[in-house]
Amino acid sequence: MKKTLTVLTLALLASVAGAQAKKTITIGVFPDLDSVVKAALPGFNKLYPNIEVKINSLAYADHHNALTTALATGSGANDVEAIDFGYVAKFAEGGGLVDISKAPYNAGQYRSQFVAYTFPQAITDDGRMVAMPTDIGPGSMFYRTDFLAKAGVKPSDLNKSWDSYIAAGKKIVAANPGVFLIPDASEVESIMIRTGLKPGEGLYFDKNNKVLVGPDSPRFVQAFTVAKAVRDAKLDGHAGAAFSSDWTTAFQKGNLATEVSGAWLVGHMQNWLAKDFAGKWASQQLPGNSFTSYGGSFYGIPSQSKNKAEAWDLIKYLTTNADQQILAFKTTGAFPALRAAQSAPLFNEGVAYLNNQKARQVWRAAANNIKPIDVNRLDPVADQITNDALSSVLDGTKTVQQALADAQALIQRRAR
Amino acid sequence: MQQAQILSTPTRLRPGARWERFQRRYAPYIFISPFFILFAIFGLFPIVFSAYLSLHEWQPAAGLGSMKFVGLRNFTDNLTDPTFWQSLKNTGIIALESGIPQHVIAIPLAFAIHMGLKRVKGLMTALYFLPYITSVVAISVIFVTIFSWQYGVLNVLLTWLHHIPLIGGLFPAEKVNWLGNRAFVQPAVASVVVWRYVGWNVVLYLSGLQAINGDLYEAASVDGATTFQQFRSITLPLLRPIMFVAITLTLIGNLQLFEEPYIIAGDSGGIGNVALTTVMYMYRTYNFYSDAGLAAAMSWLLFILIGALTLINNRVFGKSRLSGAD
Repeated sequence: MKKTLTVLTLALLASVAGAQAKKTITIGVFPDLDSVVKAALPGFNKLYPNIEVKINSLAYADHHNALTTALATGSGANDVEAIDFGYVAKFAEGGGLVDISKAPYNAGQYRSQFVAYTFPQAITDDGRMVAMPTDIGPGSMFYRTDFLAKAGVKPSDLNKSWDSYIAAGKKIVAANPGVFLIPDASEVESIMIRTGLKPGEGLYFDKNNKVLVGPDSPRFVQAFTVAKAVRDAKLDGHAGAAFSSDWTTAFQKGNLATEVSGAWLVGHMQNWLAKDFAGKWASQQLPGNSFTSYGGSFYGIPSQSKNKAEAWDLIKYLTTNADQQILAFKTTGAFPALRAAQSAPLFNEGVAYLNNQKARQVWRAAANNIKPIDVNRLDPVADQITNDALSSVLDGTKTVQQALADAQALIQRRAR
Repeated sequence: MQQAQILSTPTRLRPGARWERFQRRYAPYIFISPFFILFAIFGLFPIVFSAYLSLHEWQPAAGLGSMKFVGLRNFTDNLTDPTFWQSLKNTGIIALESGIPQHVIAIPLAFAIHMGLKRVKGLMTALYFLPYITSVVAISVIFVTIFSWQYGVLNVLLTWLHHIPLIGGLFPAEKVNWLGNRAFVQPAVASVVVWRYVGWNVVLYLSGLQAINGDLYEAASVDGATTFQQFRSITLPLLRPIMFVAITLTLIGNLQLFEEPYIIAGDSGGIGNVALTTVMYMYRTYNFYSDAGLAAAMSWLLFILIGALTLINNRVFGKSRLSGAD
């Protein structure tokens, strides 16, 4: 008995000693980004044999909720945390995440290597940088080639301008009964308010926190008016937000002619959303020469992490290593934020689902045309209020002018 | 002298007696302590913390250190927020639309089961209770598919009915956008709530009915009272205590409505925000607007409202009439 105990103790001691030489860090991610990290680890461990990485993967919302709680209470965060685009502004406020623009990280040195609009998204008003970009979602328009052919519409008719988009859409819907041009009219608005911003302007606020939404803003008036025109022409499927049940069913039944979304949508379409329609979809730029981003992911280091140096090694590997970024693109279709990765031969190959169209070149062009948009802490509030205003325009309860005036007042209430 | 006094006091007890005294005095507290410890952590602390929070401005992601005392500003902000008032109005309407039918259906149903279906009472109760124990998320997702505009079962059914000769004219020719039309969203949410809680109320009323002495019914039928007369003059008055319980529970539950509208109308609160209940707005304020203080103040305002309404309910339905004075 005594002997066994001694052996056990020795074994324990030995394993502790072994672990000391090897440092274990944790990374908090959500699906599908966890597959990217999993695929990256063999390569990372070759370069850094002394760092062991443990992946803590939670569902998308759970991951961000857990991170909020960990930052609020100051304990429980992972050494590296993945942050989705929609949450970056929220986590940027306060001191929960390390400022990686400072030494020893000096993330600023990599800025020119990345797609231009990515870095500003993670930089706060006072110049702190809280996360490194890893993948991006360049916006693109997907369209059904068979529906267009039947209506005698050229793809270029759809993206020349918003007017020609609506005119072509009427023809498509007329020639293909039961088909919708776009899942929801509100998508038109969300692209249009993202284009034509002046320098120093965010979506809803300018640098001095002045509210930009209002009846005198041409950007919002035009966006609301065109969205309403799409609704009035009965071109949209009233499907609400992406991934709602009507949205999903519309794809699965195949009665959508176009959809505007991030390049990543192709992955969903070929895997489950529109499996039966392979070869019938194609991709081109958004209407009216708009370039806008649909999401993207970042990695940050919580201030509470005790392994910041190792955490930064991992982040650097995941974001600045071109081979890794290409591997990520192959694994889940996560479009690289690193420009060097975008010149891989893979980008000149056709996409099987899109009838071998060289769509990645389209997306790359879009990515490099997207302008940075300033983020504001109150963006989620303004976003919600503006969407509510739009829905009351779309269902005819309010005029564009009235809805925007009401929205302006509601947002100003908050932006004290 | 002093020494003698000290010696004379019985400071030392037998070890056994000491243990016994300790047991008798303190052991009960130790045995009962898990409850109080758990309550303090998971019950009391959150309540106290949310009261504290309601007086502060705080963005959770910025850490505990960033709390700023703002006094009652969160309360005044909420009370001057049109969306807060709209959420209260929505909550009230949905609470009425779902609360009244629940009881209007459940009481006669329980009576019918109690009187007529004695043999299959257990089975019927279980069937009606089923929705209550099913996951609300699963239920709501199914209802979303039923109400779906283009692909929903309800619209398929209505279209089919429309094509039947003679009665077809009664049904709409075009598909109805149940969740995309302001007029229909609240009733849609209410219908799910009714469907879910009717069974729960039936069970409550059945237990109330069982407490009524059968002799009363026997005597009544001997006197020649019809079933309806028995229901009106015996069942309803004697069910009053259980009605009070059931209505109080419905009141509290309906004012805290969250899951059903959240899943059916989406986190945006549906078209024109008509399904945005106060609890949903509270969740949105905390989760999307990261304004924890404002959300905490909102929860206290809702608490005050529920407290006041329960008090009124107590006055109208409660104790004074419970004794059956009328």
